[in-house]
Amino acid sequence: MAETKLLMTEEQMDQVFLEMARKVAANGEDVALIGIRSRGVPLAHWLAKHVETLTKRTPKLGALDINLYRDDLSEVGEHPVIKETDIPFKVEGTGIILVDDVLYTGRTIRAAMDAIVDFGRPKYVRLAVLVDRGWRELPIQADYTGKKIETTADEVVKVMVKELDGKNEVVLKKDFSKRF
Amino acid sequence: MNLSTHHILGVEDLNNQDVELILKTAENLKEISLRPVKKVPALRGKTILLCFFEPSTRTRASFEMAAKRLSADTLNFSASDSAINKGESLLDTVRNLQAMDPDLLVVRHGFSGIPHLLARAVRCPVINAGDGLHEHPTQALLDLLTIQNIKKKIKGLNVAIIGDIAHSRVARSNILLLTKMGVKVSVAGPASMMPAAIDQYDVEVAYDIREVIPKADVIMMLRIQRERQDACRFPSLREYARFFGLNKQTMKDAKKDVVIMHPGPVNRGVEIAPEIADSPHSVILDQVTNGVAVRMALLYLLCGGKEI
Amino acid sequence: MKLAVLNGHVIDPSQNLDGNYTVLIEDGVIRDVTASKKLDDRYQVIDAKGAMVTPGFIDVHTHLRDPGFEHREDIESGSKAAAAGGFTTILCMANTNPVNDNASVTEMILKRAKEAGLVNIFPVGALSKGLKGEEMAEIGEMVHAGCVAISDDGMPVMNGRLMRHALEYAKTFKVPVITHAEDLTLSAGGSMHEGRVSTALGLEGIPAVAEESMIQRDLLLAQLTGHHLHVAHVSTRRGIEMIRRAKAEGVRVTCEVTPHHLTLTDEACLKYNANAKVNPPLRTPSDCEALITALDDGTADCIATDHAPHSQDEKLTGFGCANMGLIGMETALPVCLKLVGEKKLSLKRLIESLTTGPAKIFALPGGGFKKGSPADVTIFDPAREVTVQSENFSSKSRNTPWEGMKLKGKVLFTVCAGRVVWES
Repeated sequence: MAETKLLMTEEQMDQVFLEMARKVAANGEDVALIGIRSRGVPLAHWLAKHVETLTKRTPKLGALDINLYRDDLSEVGEHPVIKETDIPFKVEGTGIILVDDVLYTGRTIRAAMDAIVDFGRPKYVRLAVLVDRGWRELPIQADYTGKKIETTADEVVKVMVKELDGKNEVVLKKDFSKRF
Repeated sequence: MNLSTHHILGVEDLNNQDVELILKTAENLKEISLRPVKKVPALRGKTILLCFFEPSTRTRASFEMAAKRLSADTLNFSASDSAINKGESLLDTVRNLQAMDPDLLVVRHGFSGIPHLLARAVRCPVINAGDGLHEHPTQALLDLLTIQNIKKKIKGLNVAIIGDIAHSRVARSNILLLTKMGVKVSVAGPASMMPAAIDQYDVEVAYDIREVIPKADVIMMLRIQRERQDACRFPSLREYARFFGLNKQTMKDAKKDVVIMHPGPVNRGVEIAPEIADSPHSVILDQVTNGVAVRMALLYLLCGGKEI
Repeated sequence: MKLAVLNGHVIDPSQNLDGNYTVLIEDGVIRDVTASKKLDDRYQVIDAKGAMVTPGFIDVHTHLRDPGFEHREDIESGSKAAAAGGFTTILCMANTNPVNDNASVTEMILKRAKEAGLVNIFPVGALSKGLKGEEMAEIGEMVHAGCVAISDDGMPVMNGRLMRHALEYAKTFKVPVITHAEDLTLSAGGSMHEGRVSTALGLEGIPAVAEESMIQRDLLLAQLTGHHLHVAHVSTRRGIEMIRRAKAEGVRVTCEVTPHHLTLTDEACLKYNANAKVNPPLRTPSDCEALITALDDGTADCIATDHAPHSQDEKLTGFGCANMGLIGMETALPVCLKLVGEKKLSLKRLIESLTTGPAKIFALPGGGFKKGSPADVTIFDPAREVTVQSENFSSKSRNTPWEGMKLKGKVLFTVCAGRVVWES
């Protein structure tokens, strides 16, 4: 049994990415967008499209699976399925923007930064998230935040993307059965 | 997602879903070997014991590299078969290994069934890295990954396995794995090298390799074990090479895009003529690369995680 | 000392007795088997109500490992295991260390057997010195010392000329020659029956022909020499068929089959169960079927266990290098009763194969309840359920392939020379 509350429509999501793209473009330099699997990847593409429109330059795109960098691998009962990591450009000296759907404990981002560094020494790493729901367990903050909300522990922020879920939408669920 | 088995003792232990998970994981782990820093922290703090009771350079190196790329610590525990035979009981060895409390055991042994014996005696998962004439499951998995990479499919392919079928653990594991995954398998070699009751497997048997080569999408050549060569089974390497080796003559009617595999190390001029081994058909080096990826996948999938 | 076994169902194949009788024993011999239940008060009584009462079982093929391998078994523990299994007479093979290839070893075995004082032990002398298959052992002296047969069991005699002359020489001293039929060049490297299971397990196989070709050679030599050949542990359909034909042609041949070859197949080796590694190897269901038929029709003269103790360290070392052999004396009865339960064999024929049959082959005392025979009696409950638990064995070893199996048949009393040597 879950209560669902709509947080963002497709239109609002697009607005968020447009706003982010403006800030990125204002910076004036070439950046690479790396989406964190799974939902960060289509979101990175979304953001990239706006950046391209504004700058007339195609940003480099990558996808990152952070499971091998998780700090709870020996704790979890199920092995996370390893998906493809694809970074088809030189990380060394490149400005990187990590893109993810929800910023929560910060542990995923910690893992992602460790992973990025194994590909080379980037010029900088910044973070773009669609929703920041609080509850940080590590000193990590986003550089570009779509929406900041306050949540309770039994709530789940569910970002849906067309490529994986059939529609673009963000909802807040109260779900007692879900272990997160 | 987890494998349905705690150990990898043979292809017999794996169901189709397991095989798919292993291949998919291996495929996605390959990229790590191309990075500037070829190491991920997934198995940090885990200890993997490599127990090779039989000489091996390649398989051991492959496992060791796989373990290190995942940040596991490896420990080599070697003893020759003869040391075990000379009174040191295998049970004592097992108790020693258990006392080191490893997180995973990789075992190769000259006798069939030793990994099974160890698996019953230790708490951690055991991977069979080749036992006697029985199985070499990781080799079969890396072969399958190699085939999938090149042919972009598995089901419906024709694979010919050629050589000493009776004494090849590579052949047995491949027969079991390929038939499980819907491949049409044929085996060929002299009748003195065919196992008893080969008819229990869903394979075509031929004694003339020219019967199986023309329809094969993939040809797997088995290694003639020079050191174990049995003069009661075939007369000479020269004659073997002529009738059962791959050369321009025997390859005459092969498909244009046939893929040639070999578990290594190749006896050049025996199983495979040099010009064939070095031809674009040969994917022997891809097999080596895929070997590391498949073993990384298995270590990742078996190591760590709580017991369920 | 007088003992009476009352109320039991007596089966004595030597006199064709099959019914309720009283067995009267006096001074270590059978005084009478009678329908009357009247006794004077000087008898000690065993009430065998609901149980079978048969002549003491005879096992013509055991390895007692003494001298030399006492960590596996010794004459005392082997005697206890025999008594526990209902055996009152056993033959022990010569592959000890030192080998029983001369009279002094024979005498020592007999001395220890007497000290153990439980069951009758008759040694089998080696055919060749040191079981090497090269020079003939001192057969005459060993026979004089008490050996009842000659055999290199465990080490097949590959030298046909030696086998031929050993048969002739043994004929002079009137003892049968037991052959362990195996062509070592055909079985080389093998550790189980060559077939589906060996291929699946990746184990080198021992083809049936390794045994059959040697049985054929020895049958021809028995015919040539006119002497009594006993074929040990026949395990294949063609092997037993050749013996059937030879018997029909008048060749002096007898043979034994084992409880394991009658009831188990090569599938017992699955999961690399080294306790099922035995020589000759466990074969196929078709072979089992042929052996049962042969036992039923008398082609197979007796059941023998080939009781071969090995320590756990010698077994848990990987199938390929594990020692061959399994222990059988304490499980023989319930395992064979399974065949009776499945109506593949009559109880009477089973008892005959364990008593009168083996006694006749080696001209042993016992095997029947005729007046004046040694008072060797086995009393068992054929319906009692038992679970095989090797930890409860009297044998020193635990290498049984029947571990954990639920069977029926329990030895209640074993009486040897009028004395109770086992009571459950």
